[in-house]
Amino acid sequence: MDVAFTVNGEARRVDAAETTSLLEALRNHLGLMGTRYGCGLEQCGCCMVLVDDQPAYACTRELGTVIGRKVTTVEGLGTEAKPHPLQQAFLDEQAGQCGYCLSGILISAKALLDRNPDPSRADIVAALDKHLCRCGAHQRILRAVERAAETLRNGRPA
Amino acid sequence: MNAPVLPASPLPASLVENPRLDRWIKFQPDRTVRIATGKVEMGQGIVTAIGQIAAEELDVPLDNVAVLSGDTTHGPDELYTTSSLSVDVSGGSVRLVCAEIRAKALDRAALRLNCSRDELTVVDGRFLQNGAVTGQDYWTVATEIDFTQNVTGTTPTKPVSSYKVVGQSIARVDLPAKMSGAAFVHDVLPADVLHARTLRQPNRGAVLASLDEAAIRRAAKGELQIVREANFVAFVSPVESVAQAAAVAAPQHAKWDNVRRLVPEQQEAAWLKGQPSDDRHIGAPPPAAPLQNLVQATFSRPYIAHASMAPSCALAEFRDGHLTVHSHGQGMHPLRQNLAAALGLPIDSITCQHLHGAGCYGHNGADDAALDAALIALRVPGRCIRLQWRREEEFGFEPVGPAMLVTLHVALDAKGRPADWTTEIWSPTHVQRPGSGTGFLLASEAMANPPPEVAPFDPTEQRGGGGTRNSVPIYDVPAHRIVHHLVMRPPVRTSALRGLGALPNVYAIESLIDDLAARVGEDPVAYRLSILSEARSRRLVELVAERAGWASRGPAGTGKGLGIGFARYKNRAAYAAVVAAVTVRETVKVDRIWCVADAGLVVNPDGARNQLEGGIVQAVSWTLKEQVRLDDQGIASRDWESYPILRFSEIPDMQVEFVDAAGNPALGVGECTVGPTAAAIGNAVNHALGVRIHDMPLTRDRIMAALLKV
Repeated sequence: MDVAFTVNGEARRVDAAETTSLLEALRNHLGLMGTRYGCGLEQCGCCMVLVDDQPAYACTRELGTVIGRKVTTVEGLGTEAKPHPLQQAFLDEQAGQCGYCLSGILISAKALLDRNPDPSRADIVAALDKHLCRCGAHQRILRAVERAAETLRNGRPA
Repeated sequence: MNAPVLPASPLPASLVENPRLDRWIKFQPDRTVRIATGKVEMGQGIVTAIGQIAAEELDVPLDNVAVLSGDTTHGPDELYTTSSLSVDVSGGSVRLVCAEIRAKALDRAALRLNCSRDELTVVDGRFLQNGAVTGQDYWTVATEIDFTQNVTGTTPTKPVSSYKVVGQSIARVDLPAKMSGAAFVHDVLPADVLHARTLRQPNRGAVLASLDEAAIRRAAKGELQIVREANFVAFVSPVESVAQAAAVAAPQHAKWDNVRRLVPEQQEAAWLKGQPSDDRHIGAPPPAAPLQNLVQATFSRPYIAHASMAPSCALAEFRDGHLTVHSHGQGMHPLRQNLAAALGLPIDSITCQHLHGAGCYGHNGADDAALDAALIALRVPGRCIRLQWRREEEFGFEPVGPAMLVTLHVALDAKGRPADWTTEIWSPTHVQRPGSGTGFLLASEAMANPPPEVAPFDPTEQRGGGGTRNSVPIYDVPAHRIVHHLVMRPPVRTSALRGLGALPNVYAIESLIDDLAARVGEDPVAYRLSILSEARSRRLVELVAERAGWASRGPAGTGKGLGIGFARYKNRAAYAAVVAAVTVRETVKVDRIWCVADAGLVVNPDGARNQLEGGIVQAVSWTLKEQVRLDDQGIASRDWESYPILRFSEIPDMQVEFVDAAGNPALGVGECTVGPTAAAIGNAVNHALGVRIHDMPLTRDRIMAALLKV
């Protein structure tokens, strides 16, 4: 079964069953390894992606449900050479330790800032509360999202 | 401080074991210098810190230092990355090696330039003669240096006062990749990779009586190879979801004999008391006469999961008689030895290379996954096997941090100060790392001839102890002793969890110190200072009290509490003083944490602060929420619903800082905050409620029970 959808702005096709998880399609078929397996149960957030700009758990999301839709992974935010302001803010704050949870958190932060460019600390906490981080980088992550929000606001034409 | 630092003797253990210079350093044609370390990155920033130390001592740009970590072919054997020793031991070794190479290189350059070595300086890896460019650098003279020589460790290192790179908050070199794509062993996917999952033997000695392979194949719905050896079963497929589906279906199609049954009481620390144990007495002899004015109190913490964000993963390939393994374990040389032993292969036929994984915080499933992958690779030669543990497998089969019960027996003098102190500990072993003597890679227990069971033991006191870690109070106590009951047959496999016994012991000691202060009607900080003579310790306790506004601490029993905890990790690594502010209603909310630490020379201050913060958050989570639950078959808490950890909405505000102590040697920081944080929370809850909770975690049920007793 050939499943067509848009990934990080590009039209892609995956030859896999519609019941294949989006996580497996992204990683094993499209080589996008930034979306990570943590639990497969929608409990940790390591696999968070955007589907039509809404955060979605890729681990349980079936490929068949994204046909014709727009999927964004952490690779779609930016690269090491050209990081997205969120990625840059996370680096500036050194907001992470092992880093395994970060790509999912970056995705949820992106969704938050897209809908609310000036979030309060409480807004950020609420947006990220479904994500787990075992290393304890939470405070740095919250500061990084605030920093990125400010950068993005300042960078936008008034 | 301006004099060059003469190396302390003897040599760091890593240099004794790996004396040849070429195990540590190599100048490469691309103008980089490769620094090899046996310590591995787990999110703690060690690769960056090691690079800083080398760049500093060699005077080469940090960008030209390539750190090779955890490589059995080229790198040194530094055992496991544990116990907050990496900066001290590996960093200390790299510093000595680099100082020696720098001296040798300058000697060669001076010969070439026919000048005195004193005329030469090093700038960005280039050698200048009286400030002028010479065309000579490390790379031009490297071929004239005999790197097969042993390091002598006698070359003076740079004075700390001249440091330009060490002591700077350099950004982690490995983080950018982790925020933008593939970065972990989990993310390596060769084109012809085969995905693998396992069916786990429920317990050592369980025998697989039958396996309905046909039913599993129906559930898997795809190309599937079932690898079986004795009681080890793996499912292998080119399609990951097929292997996964087989593993999910397998337990209901497997019948086991000789399955061990547990009872619910075994999940509690209280169960440990009275179990068969190996008993040791350490320290002062038993009191000659019955003690007067004796205070006794018992504290506990339950079994704790490492709860890594990533279930363990490994890659293995057996090709032309050679096994290559990629793993996120904490020590590649030990893994290689353990694999050789478990597989019956000559050690020369195995290569292990570390690739990054998620934070592990101790001994989790990483090494076990490597053996799983290797077992499959030997039966499916010529193909790369990617073995991924499932979430429930990581929770259910990793070794867990041991439950501990700690009873303090303290006799007081006329002023209410401790005169005689006994810390009595009941705990399973804190280290069953494979190869350490007691532990085995998990799947070796499923083989036809499992390695014989060995009586467990704990790390020696010289290595900081296990259950006894931090059980000796740091305070001025005339006589102290430890009675250690090493419980021989715990219900679950236990091994190293960040801090080992430090957290329960510091929780117990610091709780009792607060209670002793209350007995004589003294402030907890003032009471501590009255029995704490060591200057570095006093400075931290005073400073953290100042930072937290301790002087204006309110009355007890208001529901708002402020509590302090203090310890020096292992009584020899970094010091940390912590104050916690809590609000207690039905549950405990930690509102704010102040932490002041003394780690001597800090190589990367922001990275080290990140470690303090991480230890604090993890300790808050352990103290408030965490307990591994058992059912009759083993670990029952196998997902994040049944094993909740601290979330963004529960994270305290934090203020952490290091005192300036750069004149002192570097002290490991990774574990120093966990005990003091737990203790500060316990004391803050005691202040908030006016009642002591002795058993962790400080859950709603325990709060309610404690309040009923008031």
